Amino acid sequence: MTTGEPPSAGATPEVGTVGESGAAANGESNGSLLTVDHLKLYFPVRAGVVFRHEIARVHAVDDVTLRLRTGQTLGLVGESGCGKTTLARCLVRLLDPTDGSIKFEGRDITHASTREMRPLRSEMQIVFQDPYASLNPRKRVGQIIGTPMALHGTPKDEIPKRVRELLARVGLSPEHVNRFPHEFSGGQRQRVGIARALALNPRLIVLDEPVSALDVSIQAQIVNLLDDLQDDLGLTYLFVAHDLGVVRHISDSIAVMYLGKVMELAPAEALYAKPIHPYTSALLGAIPIPDPELNRRRVRTPLEGEPPSAIDPPTGCRFHPRCTHATDVCRAVEPPLMQYADGHFAACHHPQNVTAAEIAGATRSEMSPLSAGESDGSASDARSDGSASDDRSAEPPPADGRPAGSADDVRTDEAPPAVGSTE
Amino acid sequence: MSSTTPLLSVKDLAVSFATEDGIVRAVDEVSYTLAPREILAIVGESGSGKSVTVMTLMGLTRGVNARFGGSAVFGSTDLLTASEEELQRIRGNDIAMIFQDPMTSLDPVYKIGDQIIEQIRAHEHVSKAVARDRTIGLLDEVGIPRARERVDSYPHELSGGMRQRVMIAMALSCNPSILIADEPTTALDVTIQAQILERIKQLRDSTDTAVIIVTHDLGVVADIADRIVVMYAGRIVEQGTVDEIFYDPQHPYTWGLLGSITRLDRERPRRLPSIPGSPPSLLDPPKGCHFRPRCPHEFDRCQEVPPLEAHVGEAPGHLDRCWLSTEEKRSRREVGDGQIGLARPQETPA
Repeated sequence: MTTGEPPSAGATPEVGTVGESGAAANGESNGSLLTVDHLKLYFPVRAGVVFRHEIARVHAVDDVTLRLRTGQTLGLVGESGCGKTTLARCLVRLLDPTDGSIKFEGRDITHASTREMRPLRSEMQIVFQDPYASLNPRKRVGQIIGTPMALHGTPKDEIPKRVRELLARVGLSPEHVNRFPHEFSGGQRQRVGIARALALNPRLIVLDEPVSALDVSIQAQIVNLLDDLQDDLGLTYLFVAHDLGVVRHISDSIAVMYLGKVMELAPAEALYAKPIHPYTSALLGAIPIPDPELNRRRVRTPLEGEPPSAIDPPTGCRFHPRCTHATDVCRAVEPPLMQYADGHFAACHHPQNVTAAEIAGATRSEMSPLSAGESDGSASDARSDGSASDDRSAEPPPADGRPAGSADDVRTDEAPPAVGSTE
Repeated sequence: MSSTTPLLSVKDLAVSFATEDGIVRAVDEVSYTLAPREILAIVGESGSGKSVTVMTLMGLTRGVNARFGGSAVFGSTDLLTASEEELQRIRGNDIAMIFQDPMTSLDPVYKIGDQIIEQIRAHEHVSKAVARDRTIGLLDEVGIPRARERVDSYPHELSGGMRQRVMIAMALSCNPSILIADEPTTALDVTIQAQILERIKQLRDSTDTAVIIVTHDLGVVADIADRIVVMYAGRIVEQGTVDEIFYDPQHPYTWGLLGSITRLDRERPRRLPSIPGSPPSLLDPPKGCHFRPRCPHEFDRCQEVPPLEAHVGEAPGHLDRCWLSTEEKRSRREVGDGQIGLARPQETPA
């Protein structure tokens, strides 16, 4: 609430009235609350006792472009180490990006100073994964939820009432204000974390694996609560998750990340019905179906190996060392993010579940990484069976891959756990 | 299942801990058997007593504040009353355990090979060289590439999935007849989870080891288990074969559990079905059926503890702890537009 000039954009911050009805104010970015362009975040790896010098970089987020539409939920999914949490934290400027830009309602906040960020903090909040570690064990729940309000200038006498309202809103009893976090179960603590995030009437909430640490029956409660809050308060969510299960329920669209890059971005249902990228198919195929009969029938080709190091990522397509469809072009050329019909984006030279016509109609998206080459989704390669047959019955990659330096090392590094069908 | 002699038979197991706040009855009246080559899943939420049940088998819950009741017979030994020496012979040798967190269950200052060699040599009189060769073979068997080099790695040099493989190799080093896996894949990514589960299934087939897997993930259970024990607040509420539990669940808690999982192979429901409330404190559990406060089908008889009995005529091994009649259960259990896998799937999935 102190002075704060937005870095560019020129618009004055709405001091004091940060708020609920701001959706109309963002004319410039046509419905996008937050836009991220070619964002990169590299962590330096340093060595040396006396002279610390950088010896390598971890490519945690590598040229990611995303749009968060007002009132919608973007799911961000990937295995551990894919950069999804780094990206989420970078969006709310808890980490500083290496390159690229972040715009909140059209205002560039990429390099906004702490002071410049302060008025915006009330508009973008974050809920962390671990409800045990993200609440101060020495503070009472009333203090935990009330502190952000006090810092942002809510009159002192209004805070207790508002805290009680928030507790009721997230499904806790208002009498719990004087309890300590340890007196709550995991699910209840996560509700406290959500109440704290709601305290300042934010527009955007980044949810960093908010239900991963919870039991299934409690997960459903929290997801339903988040759903209700979004409907009632018009919130925009970025929902980070490590698998494709829960995220389906809450997301309007889903981005799949692998080793710092966006592999596929699609409306939620389209992603499940018609995964274009082989990595998405692999992620979907790895989720056990809670139905014994279907599990027995399912023929699986489990994804081999583990993600390679982000310090020295594979050349070309980052997924090629683990991909059953990989060919020479995948090793050499980074695939651009192609836009297919119905807002479905995928970065793959060998798209699955699409017809030759759809491939021909696909266009290179401006969200593609700058380093991406030309797409090789040429019609010759577009396997016409891709649309008709089961995408999991993939043919093995050609045996004679051009030995492509580091990429090949990665290949030998992987465990080949006997490709097994369940039956 | 009942025709073969069980490898392990747990009867009326009760574990309670004296705490400052009172006595916590973590496990109560738990009975089950494990047949050779069987994969038994113990399912429940945190605090349901599922981990305490299996840790007690290994003697890991013994302490001044712990009280035990019932019996857990393995071979001719009751694991609850066995001396520490007897247990030490059984642990690792006959019954081995994999823990949830591969990051903390390996010693960070020793090479992984040395940790496995130590275990082999603790149980068998073999030379270091022989033990080392066997270790390499084991690492290879659990799917660690370049085992000959990796045997000299430290735990921090390996990823989570690789560390869990090391744990499995260590557990298998003395050819145990029972492998207990306490949430073996919870800390891992789905793709790695699929690899590890596949590996456990293969091991059961190749080595005839029986497996007890403790998990809260019904997807994992459907994938791997032969039989299921569902626990809630320290008691077994239902047990049966995997098909019985998934296609004819009898206890309202099991319905809730099955209903609240997200199904990727189905239409997405508008709302996720969930079980209201949270599990009770075991310091002061509700009188009668422990699930009563959260159960939508509660009636006056639920004030008494229902016995764990077979109610489904054609399935004598399918037990549940609920007062509703089988007809009532079958008519009431449709949760959230029939989202539970009550009907067996008909056609082959596309």
